[in-house]
Amino acid sequence: MSNDYDVTKETHLWFGPQHPGVTGNMSVELWLKGDTIQRGITHVGYLHRGFEKLMERRTFIQSFPIVCRICVPEPDTNEYLLAKGLEQLGGIYDDVPEKARWIRTLTLEMARLAATLMVLGGQVGSMGLGPVPQWMMTLRDYVLDSFEELSGHRIYHMYIVYGGVRRDLPEGFEGRLEKTLQTIEERLPWIDRLMFENDVFRKRAIGIGYVPPEWVDEMSLSGPIVRAMGIPRDVRKDYPYEVYPELDFDVITEEGSDMFARARVRRREIAQSINLIRQMLADMPKDGPFCLKLPSLMHWRIPKGQTYVRAEASRGEFGYFVVTDGTDKVRRVNVRGPSYVHGVSLLERMLPGTNISDLSSLMVSLQTCPPEIER
Amino acid sequence: MSLKHIITPFSAWVRAFTKPYTVPEAKTMRPGAPRYRGWHINDTDRCVGCGTCADICQNEAIDMVRVDEPVNGDAGLRPRVDYGRCCWCALCVDVCPSASLGMSNEYVWVDGDADVFRYTPGVDEKPWDESALGWRKDEGFHLFDPDRVPMPHLDPLERVKTWAEVVIGYAEEEARREAARCVQCGLCIAACPARMHIPDYIAAIRDGDDAEAVRIIYDNNPMPEMCGKVCTRNCEKVCSIGVKGEAIAIRWLKRYATERFDDLKSVIDVTRSDVGKGHTVAIVGGGPSGFTAAYYLALRGFSVTIYDELPRLGGATFFGIPKYRFPLPSLDKQVQLLEDAGVRIITDHRVEAEEFARLREECLAVFVGTGLMKPYRLGAHGEELDGVIFALEFLRDYHIDRPVEVGEKVVVVGGGNVAIDASRLARRLGADVTISYRRREVDMPADEEEIEDARAEGVEIFTQSIPLRVETREGGGLTYVWGPAEMLPAEEPGKRPRPQLIEGVEHRLDVDRVIVAIGQGPDLSWMGDETAHAVGDKRGWISTDEFGATAVDGVFAGGDLVNPVADAISAIADGLRVVEGIVKRAKAKQK
Repeated sequence: MSNDYDVTKETHLWFGPQHPGVTGNMSVELWLKGDTIQRGITHVGYLHRGFEKLMERRTFIQSFPIVCRICVPEPDTNEYLLAKGLEQLGGIYDDVPEKARWIRTLTLEMARLAATLMVLGGQVGSMGLGPVPQWMMTLRDYVLDSFEELSGHRIYHMYIVYGGVRRDLPEGFEGRLEKTLQTIEERLPWIDRLMFENDVFRKRAIGIGYVPPEWVDEMSLSGPIVRAMGIPRDVRKDYPYEVYPELDFDVITEEGSDMFARARVRRREIAQSINLIRQMLADMPKDGPFCLKLPSLMHWRIPKGQTYVRAEASRGEFGYFVVTDGTDKVRRVNVRGPSYVHGVSLLERMLPGTNISDLSSLMVSLQTCPPEIER
Repeated sequence: MSLKHIITPFSAWVRAFTKPYTVPEAKTMRPGAPRYRGWHINDTDRCVGCGTCADICQNEAIDMVRVDEPVNGDAGLRPRVDYGRCCWCALCVDVCPSASLGMSNEYVWVDGDADVFRYTPGVDEKPWDESALGWRKDEGFHLFDPDRVPMPHLDPLERVKTWAEVVIGYAEEEARREAARCVQCGLCIAACPARMHIPDYIAAIRDGDDAEAVRIIYDNNPMPEMCGKVCTRNCEKVCSIGVKGEAIAIRWLKRYATERFDDLKSVIDVTRSDVGKGHTVAIVGGGPSGFTAAYYLALRGFSVTIYDELPRLGGATFFGIPKYRFPLPSLDKQVQLLEDAGVRIITDHRVEAEEFARLREECLAVFVGTGLMKPYRLGAHGEELDGVIFALEFLRDYHIDRPVEVGEKVVVVGGGNVAIDASRLARRLGADVTISYRRREVDMPADEEEIEDARAEGVEIFTQSIPLRVETREGGGLTYVWGPAEMLPAEEPGKRPRPQLIEGVEHRLDVDRVIVAIGQGPDLSWMGDETAHAVGDKRGWISTDEFGATAVDGVFAGGDLVNPVADAISAIADGLRVVEGIVKRAKAKQK
């Protein structure tokens, strides 16, 4: 007799693209025996808008509003990297005003904070715990309020632009941001209580989703996944950019390389981001230009050249390979996002043997972000 | 498993007694941040319809729609935003040259009809039209530089000692930088009488293709180096960037491009077409209108002869404009290309009535562009005295190497460009110069920049001074007597205010020369009275149709004789119209 509960029978199952347990619009095609995944294939393309190709048809300044869409939770890294790449090729990177560098780093760190808050909430949310994700989304919204005040929008900031940033810090911004930081700090012990001191989470996270350290170089993993193995790898320290060298911080590492260790890294990085933002608000130059004055950004032409620029996003290393050919448009932009490695290659490799009920939290733990896979 | 880890999470119940973060409904929403990028607003009075917002919009969410008749400097178009496409990036606001476009801090707009989410801000009324908050253009961030690349000038105290060009000209890097500022809106094209392809040649200069720029310029202007140096530049007055910042230096860019090439033939193709083959055209007067007609008719295959009574072509641009503004080599270069195009040039030759009649017989068309050569008289007692001279004659005599004498102290009467040119010339001849003008300085028809330059060179300007008479002085010299004037409101709207002499007050100024520069009029006596009356009115002004044809068959006219604007670029535009007229006539003859 054979039925659906027969563990010797292989079941073919589509997980997504319309599934609340999937991070964004992607799907995983699974073959299961019982509730154990035998193998799986990731399917992406549901969000494909062709950003890289679009940029080849738009002038540099017109490309600038596009790139933020490559990563919804953390758009600033994209804006920064495109700006930096083109500034380098256009020979103006060294002229970017000092104040702009501070504001850029500030927004990058604010974006890391907002994205980490969201993913940490999603981590337990995918296991069915409601309060933490709700708090986290609220706290993230407070950071987004600051972004709204700074850049004019909450999600797509379009703020870091060639030559600097688009606007100066608003009057009294530091004080209001500090208040937000205090609100977040006040909530962090509660998150510890509900998440890390919660047996349900501990049982479902400790030892689950293990990534062996030898895969790091083999698959070019980065971000909290690597730091949760005890390897201190962080672009902010390894290839320092903007004002990070002037800030005091250590790379956060945890041992275990499982979902629990990754969540711990993220939890500690929230505190680290808050600390870095405070340092920047204190040390930032108060006066001076926030953007370089160029003859025209509309008709900017950049000589032939290519460059690779990178930055540490909340998920890991973000890189932009930019090629210009002397015209007013890019010849090619290739976005190296951590999600492609983590959410497609690494996920497929980790699927065999995983329990299907752990799949959603595993995807969150790898911080998969489909729009960035499908640039 | 530990008991602690089972119990601790339940502590979250404590938070059930704290105030919630969330707001209950949309009505209690807070307003958007002060620089929120919300629905668009537009100050339509300030907007000039340049369309730069539509240009930069990468989503093509902005269309320019006609809301008004176009006028000089305002295309009559206003941006209409389609919110089905808009991504609220606000590049349109940041690029807006007039800073008229902005965004309100309004978050929400609910409507059941999907088609309403497309409107023309400022024209279609919206609740947020008066919103004081929201994203606005910021002084610290520019998509183009609002400031012009400064043009280097010779030091005023040095330059009065020499005949060197006052304006030094852009170096290559400066020109590229200046050209890059242009947003390519094209408002300038409508303002240019000759409709020059201004954005196109600026783009060519920006992209480093100066030869292409010169080719584009020569498409409808055969005297670009002259225009590049002395044009009245209507284009710059309507430049959209000039609304908020400094207009693009269109004139200096044209100058830059043409100065790059000593041999224009190496860039310009002067191959003649067959349109006018077999037809002859005579051109009387080698000023800008005749010059233009000659060049383009020659390119169309006509055999063209151009006559001028002076030793060089160029008309007023040759004898009227001092050489520190427009040096002879620049003029000769342009004349050379005219010759290369196959035009026969006859200078030092005054066409008289008999020859004019013969030319009318022999040629398909005769063009009259003899300009305004009869200076207006002062109408004050003593103007017939020795030492009272006309500025036009003073300038001409100097430029055709006749001896001119200015003495030590000169007064120039008038406020136009001729008055300024005469005073700066006299200054270079070593005289102390005073300008006497009957209205206020703002009313002076002369170019603002010119007035400034003259003053920098030490020319003194008396405004609201009405000439009363000129007297001889014992021991030689003259005394210029003038009375102060008060300004009365204009008789008709749109006219300038009138000066009214204040009776009983007299000022006296001892001078060696009085140079009269109060305007000039036409003189058609050379073509014989009968013909002159047929062609022009009794004062000598000529009216033509849109192609420059006069009332007399086969006679065309253009330039200052026809055009009350009386500047070089308008004359060039007349020349272009006449080319059309003569080509039409040739085609009609062939049928």
